[in-house]
Amino acid sequence: METKCLECDAKVHVEDDAVVGEIVTCPDCGADYEVAALDNGTVAIKMAESVKEDWGE
Amino acid sequence: MPERKSIGILFDRVRWEEKELGRQLEIRGVPYDMIDAKTQVLPLDGSEFSTMPATILERCVSFYRGLNLSSVYEAHGIQTINSSRILDVCGNKLLTSQILAKKGVPTPRTVVAFSSEAAMQAVEEVGFPCVMKPIVGSWGRQVVPIRDRETAEAMIEMREQLNDSMQTIFYIQEMIKRPPRDIRCIAVGENIVAAVYRYSAPENWKTNVSLGGHSEPCKITPELEETILKTVKVIGAGVLGIDLMERPDSELVVHEVNGTVEFKGAQSATEYSIAGRIVDYIMSERSRMQENGPIIDN
Repeated sequence: METKCLECDAKVHVEDDAVVGEIVTCPDCGADYEVAALDNGTVAIKMAESVKEDWGE
Repeated sequence: MPERKSIGILFDRVRWEEKELGRQLEIRGVPYDMIDAKTQVLPLDGSEFSTMPATILERCVSFYRGLNLSSVYEAHGIQTINSSRILDVCGNKLLTSQILAKKGVPTPRTVVAFSSEAAMQAVEEVGFPCVMKPIVGSWGRQVVPIRDRETAEAMIEMREQLNDSMQTIFYIQEMIKRPPRDIRCIAVGENIVAAVYRYSAPENWKTNVSLGGHSEPCKITPELEETILKTVKVIGAGVLGIDLMERPDSELVVHEVNGTVEFKGAQSATEYSIAGRIVDYIMSERSRMQENGPIIDN
């Protein structure tokens, strides 16, 4: 699947087995996006949260 | 009303691990929900919980988000793995070190202080070289080797200026003269399902896989097994990532226990599916809860 970067309009590839919540990165500008919705081969993305101090494992 | 699923995976960012856990549930034919923590709106006296899975595996990247959501779920009779109590202890290095030291699990010597003025005393108490760590956080962030007084003063001053009360809780730990590796064990229930050496990336003293380190299989010796099982006993059984270092005399010390363990690196050095073992465990814990009823203590 493919979508467009919300920042620079470059093509962003999303794997066919992607799930909602997964992170994809724009190959051109490096912006991180979260897969927001999947519907019959189309994908919607939104800006991913940035890393916070309490993130980890 | 939507069908109530057996299992939920609570996430805020889907990593390789969460996808793999989902795949293993699908292989077993277990219906499950992926629950996005960021979309949860939960009236604390509401009935929304009755349609949620009875057992939820907490996999949030954000410690506070996962901890607080787990507390809410538990209060409404939903079984969370790990429990909020385990998440609380594991997400806070001070609480982890305190319980390990008190219960006799070998762990690096650690001194804590609660103001910039007292921090230098804590550093001197541990001696050089030592390591300064934030009590909350992961992936090696802000973990700093302190080799002399000047570095200690600079770090203390810098943290003071961040104007964040968490930054003026100082956690100072002895630096273990370890080989360029540590040991990551994954304990699921009371079983060790994986043990790997994590080697630091070149030019980096930290061994975190997230920083470019790599994993190799580690033999589970009787000493390693004993230390891990003792750690599980004092922290509580669940899904734990237990990190150990080797002293020069080969004694093993536990320095960290992770409550939402990442295991992609460990999987690369493990023959069977770690996610599969985790899924089997949560299914067995779910059955156990159904027989005994939920534990509600909030």
